[in-house]
Amino acid sequence: MKKLLLATTLLALSGGIAAAQTVRLGTEGAYPPFNFIDDSGNVAGFERELGDELCKRAGLTCEWVTNDWDSIIPNLQSGNYDVIIAGMSITDERAKVVDFSENYVPPADSAYVGLTADADIKGGVVSAQVGTIQAGYVAESGATLLEFPTPDETVAAVRNGEAVAVFADKDFLAPYVTESNGELTFVGPDVPLGGGVGMAFRQSDDELREKFTAAIQAMKADGSLNPLIEKHFGAEAKKF
Amino acid sequence: MFSFCADPKSLEGFSWLVCYLTSGKHIDFYWSFLTVLILLAVTAPSALAFGFGGAMAARSPIAPLRWFGKTYTAMVRGVPDIVFFLFFVIALDQGIEWMKHQVVCPDWDQPIRQGLEFRVCPEAKVPLGSSAQIWHQLYGFALAVFTFAIVFGAFAANVLYGAMNAVPRAQLETAESYGMSQGQVFRRILVPQMWTYALPGLSNLWMILIKATPLLFLLGVKDIVYWARELGSAKTQAYAYPHPDWRLWYFLFLLVVYLCMTRISEIVLSRLTRRLSHGQATAAGEAMRRAAQ
Repeated sequence: MKKLLLATTLLALSGGIAAAQTVRLGTEGAYPPFNFIDDSGNVAGFERELGDELCKRAGLTCEWVTNDWDSIIPNLQSGNYDVIIAGMSITDERAKVVDFSENYVPPADSAYVGLTADADIKGGVVSAQVGTIQAGYVAESGATLLEFPTPDETVAAVRNGEAVAVFADKDFLAPYVTESNGELTFVGPDVPLGGGVGMAFRQSDDELREKFTAAIQAMKADGSLNPLIEKHFGAEAKKF
Repeated sequence: MFSFCADPKSLEGFSWLVCYLTSGKHIDFYWSFLTVLILLAVTAPSALAFGFGGAMAARSPIAPLRWFGKTYTAMVRGVPDIVFFLFFVIALDQGIEWMKHQVVCPDWDQPIRQGLEFRVCPEAKVPLGSSAQIWHQLYGFALAVFTFAIVFGAFAANVLYGAMNAVPRAQLETAESYGMSQGQVFRRILVPQMWTYALPGLSNLWMILIKATPLLFLLGVKDIVYWARELGSAKTQAYAYPHPDWRLWYFLFLLVVYLCMTRISEIVLSRLTRRLSHGQATAAGEAMRRAAQ
């Protein structure tokens, strides 16, 4: 057993000695259209296209890895990957443990989705993904919070009646509503939350963070970011 | 995979299903069955080896070795699996990197622990940050096998320890009176006879091991349960093959697969039990002797 471990380790070491610096991008792979695993098994979506473009501009070789949302910050800190690019909203609470790049999606609305437009979002059971700003918002809204590890399960909970509504990013929920043939509907007004979506870095990785922030600023300046947002989130999405 | 699958959205009915079930993601799903089987094939003998070592240590006449054997079984058996899989693996991973760091980067002046962050020099990462994803996966898999082997080894050690004590003392005394050394008694008499006592306990462990393989996902290895959940979840038009929530069907399929695996194991284990009971001074061995008369 130990031999196998040692052999694997040695092989791993000899595997990539000659390669240039590779930046590992960690994402969740379950949050369409931000990031998801497409049908050929690769990471795809808005952040895939954006991340690849940013790496090209910053002159970095990038590799995509997926990680559970639950443990996405601890695994960044222990060095399993170097960047989180997973639709993560910039919040003060997260900024205490990680450093954010400049946002690449403007502060956007979150929304409730339920089976009926009069669902009780103030006092009923509302589902949200664990560890998100939306989960924190629901907990303080007076409704009963029902948390799930993946975004998909939060929507499934509404469909099967476990929750009266789901609270999540509007950009994520919009395709579910439009494709549900009227089964799902937005409930109540939109709620602006968070400081936009950014990439998260270890606090000791200032150099890498500045490279990506510079690339994001360049994309904002030459107008190539807005078409990308429009392509994945539709014409109504907020742009820079 | 097939040429007619180039435009999935235009497909319907049977050809849609064929293309869907042969998409790249599904191929990954099918491969993950092999991952689980390899894990079982590698872990079972490793755990048995750990268990054998633990049992021998626990029976050792040398006191420190005995304490080590007993502490190993008591500690690992007492810690919940899930805690072990979350804590031990991270500790092991960071321990390996820390040791490599001491060797590769002696001049590194920054602290390794910065609050919650664990930072060794880039050359000391295992595997290196620049290594291909396959090495990261293999490393994760090796950590998984090692962890499984330690956990199940502790249980196996206890089973084997009990089995070694269950071999009738008269058998060993007879061997000693023939002039065999302690080592010879152990190899020739004790070990061959103990398996029949160990098998019920070991077969339990094997069944539990089969069902514990979904813990692989905690270690970052994508196993069949991960893929079933991922494939079964509802898919919007952003995907090539949109569909509603199909997790029920995927999990039903897994249920059948797991039942098949445990059923096959039961058949093999019952044959093994018969074989090992043959000629033994146990109730099962006695029943076989009577039946043969």
